[in-house]
Amino acid sequence: MSQRIPVTELTPDFRGRAEEALADGQLRNNFRVAMDSLMTKRANAFPDADEREGLRELGNRIKAGALSRLPDLLEQLEQKLTENGVKVHWAETVEEANSLVHGIIEARKGSQVVKGKSMVSEEMEMNDYLAERGVECLESDMGEYIVQLDNEKPSHIIMPAIHKNARQVSKLFHDKLGEPETEDVNQLIQIGRRTLRRKFMEADVGVSGVNFAIAETGTLLLVENEGNGRMSTTAPPVHIAVTGIEKVVPNLRDVVPLVSLLTRSALGQPITTYVNLISGPRKPDELDGPEEVHLVLLDNGRTGAFADAQMRQTLNCIRCGACMNHCPVYTRVGGHTYGEVYPGPIGKIITPHMAGLDKVPDHPSASSLCGACGEVCPVKIPIPELLQRLRQENVKNPEQPQQVKGGGAKYSRTERWIWRGWQMLNTRPALYRSFLWAATRFRVLAPKKAGSWTENHSAPVPARRSLHDLAARHLDQNGGRPS
Amino acid sequence: MSQLFYDAAPNATRVSPEREPDRQYPEKPEAVTLFGTCVVDLFFPEAGLDAIRLLEREGVRVYFPQEQSCCGQPAWTSGYRDEAKAVARAQLDILDRSGLPVVVPSGSCAGMFRHHYPALFADEPDTLKRVEALAERTFELTEFLLKVCRVQLADRGAPSKIALHTSCSARREMNTHLHARELLQQLEGVERIDHDHESECCGFGGTFSVRMPEVSGAMVKDKTRSLIDSGAVEMVTADGGCLMNINGSLEKQKKSFRGRHLASFLWERTNGANAGEVA
Repeated sequence: MSQRIPVTELTPDFRGRAEEALADGQLRNNFRVAMDSLMTKRANAFPDADEREGLRELGNRIKAGALSRLPDLLEQLEQKLTENGVKVHWAETVEEANSLVHGIIEARKGSQVVKGKSMVSEEMEMNDYLAERGVECLESDMGEYIVQLDNEKPSHIIMPAIHKNARQVSKLFHDKLGEPETEDVNQLIQIGRRTLRRKFMEADVGVSGVNFAIAETGTLLLVENEGNGRMSTTAPPVHIAVTGIEKVVPNLRDVVPLVSLLTRSALGQPITTYVNLISGPRKPDELDGPEEVHLVLLDNGRTGAFADAQMRQTLNCIRCGACMNHCPVYTRVGGHTYGEVYPGPIGKIITPHMAGLDKVPDHPSASSLCGACGEVCPVKIPIPELLQRLRQENVKNPEQPQQVKGGGAKYSRTERWIWRGWQMLNTRPALYRSFLWAATRFRVLAPKKAGSWTENHSAPVPARRSLHDLAARHLDQNGGRPS
Repeated sequence: MSQLFYDAAPNATRVSPEREPDRQYPEKPEAVTLFGTCVVDLFFPEAGLDAIRLLEREGVRVYFPQEQSCCGQPAWTSGYRDEAKAVARAQLDILDRSGLPVVVPSGSCAGMFRHHYPALFADEPDTLKRVEALAERTFELTEFLLKVCRVQLADRGAPSKIALHTSCSARREMNTHLHARELLQQLEGVERIDHDHESECCGFGGTFSVRMPEVSGAMVKDKTRSLIDSGAVEMVTADGGCLMNINGSLEKQKKSFRGRHLASFLWERTNGANAGEVA
């Protein structure tokens, strides 16, 4: 573990990290500007609301339908890929997945890996795993390259370095690569490009993620804008794709609406610059392409979500990032505050299945349930509903059987009793009216401090008379009798 | 921090009037039940009374069952399902007694009836039928005034510029985010001023505001700043929770700007008398 790449040292709890992020004016501005721009782009990409809603409905049906026969589709995928000459590997845990990837690299006596953007490889912490075993794994996506260079983790699933502005990237390149400082984004891109071009040629293995795995044809679809995905999957002699088991869809035609939803929701693009359809290694009569292609299918808790009809909807996700772009919490605290691979609303509902709810007990609460995420989700994951469900799982008695891994982490006997008291107050009308009477009568005695509420607000003072009181008088006078 | 919005794309999240509500509305009933909501009951009772006055002026008799309390939302959003369900059941029993349409002067409580009660009682088929009937006859106040009463407001007030805050539940659960706009549009002397990030959450979220005071506080500060910067003289909203959050924050920041409930604003503008006056 001594060679582990250091990552940003994080404050251990969500609230602490949030407080630090909120105090960082530059960070907040970077996110606000970026998210505003992304929201505008998405809105412009869907000018017709009816078309958008129809497409979202279709996207939901395709994903839900695929999940309803997930085991069969995965078998079909494996069979077709094998026929196409792709080696399929199954991994239940990230340790298994890493070990599989390392095994493939070792068999080729590889020492250099170039990697296209892949969130599953982030789940695996593949860079660290390989570095510990003497394999250099270089990120070839510009954003990923920047965060890797700065020993950070991605702060957004689509735009890993979105927390940095051009000035900060310029300084990083100056400090780490000795490049002259420039805030010209094109020049910055060229700096990264020069370094990466050489690496594509030298790499023994290319690693990528997968956006959609098509069972019918045994095809791996990968969208990207920089061309690094195509380079990573074609230039080195070996290509290893890593993906989650939920990425499988039945037919090639299913990906047409899904890709449209993905690219429009993510960056407001009608389509990405590159759409790679990978269907096997180089054939004898072909001039380029890898000699070997592997697919590692990772579970990492996904089957736990799959087993629960409500939670299964989490696996609809096509990783567009629109939920975080539209999230007022994410916009303010940024991706690193979540402390996990997947930040924002999708992170809050998927991380519990991977890491356990007890690892992220504050995540379900870090939402005002405003619903912006659910409104924009291209595959209609009811994120607020799932957050609400996780809140229920969070406060369950830990001694009882749990339906979500690590459930019951926020169980508090005291809080349970407070809510029992609240229930009593609100189910016994005489008691409730006595409470109203006392609260309005003794309103001047209302406490000046009310827990964390008064950190941001003045102390609430009850009115002189309750609505119960005012309404009764008014309706009596008007001849209306309360029913 | 005061520069937070300086180079942000303006109005990226502004409401775009593109989705028409698909709800079918009934003819104006003779009588309704007002569900006051616990926040209005204790903190903004004048708004509840003004809601009653507005409804009565439309010729609708208003009943206010004295047994009502809270819709159950605080426990529900906190994950305490059993407790929320017990409180919901009590309200359901009370509201079912007359079976009258239910008018709610708050988007989130109306959303609780219409969307979350069915989830709460999904495992009780008989109760679910009653819950679905309740959902069908629940209306948010602005929705009821505009779509069921087809109200025509005659403005008697002096010219004024106001900002409108619509709650997330009104927008995403009730689809009533444009109704208040239409009501305000009927008032000749009132100019509604857009504020930056109008459709973004004010940061209340019920217990979110006390569980995550850092994030919630940042959200409400941004909201109050954009409201004040809009140039409006006051804010109106049809949601008690947002109102408590926004006014509480303004008071804490010692700002003179305030918000008030739309019901009180409408009554004052159209009645020419002081809203909230005890009858």
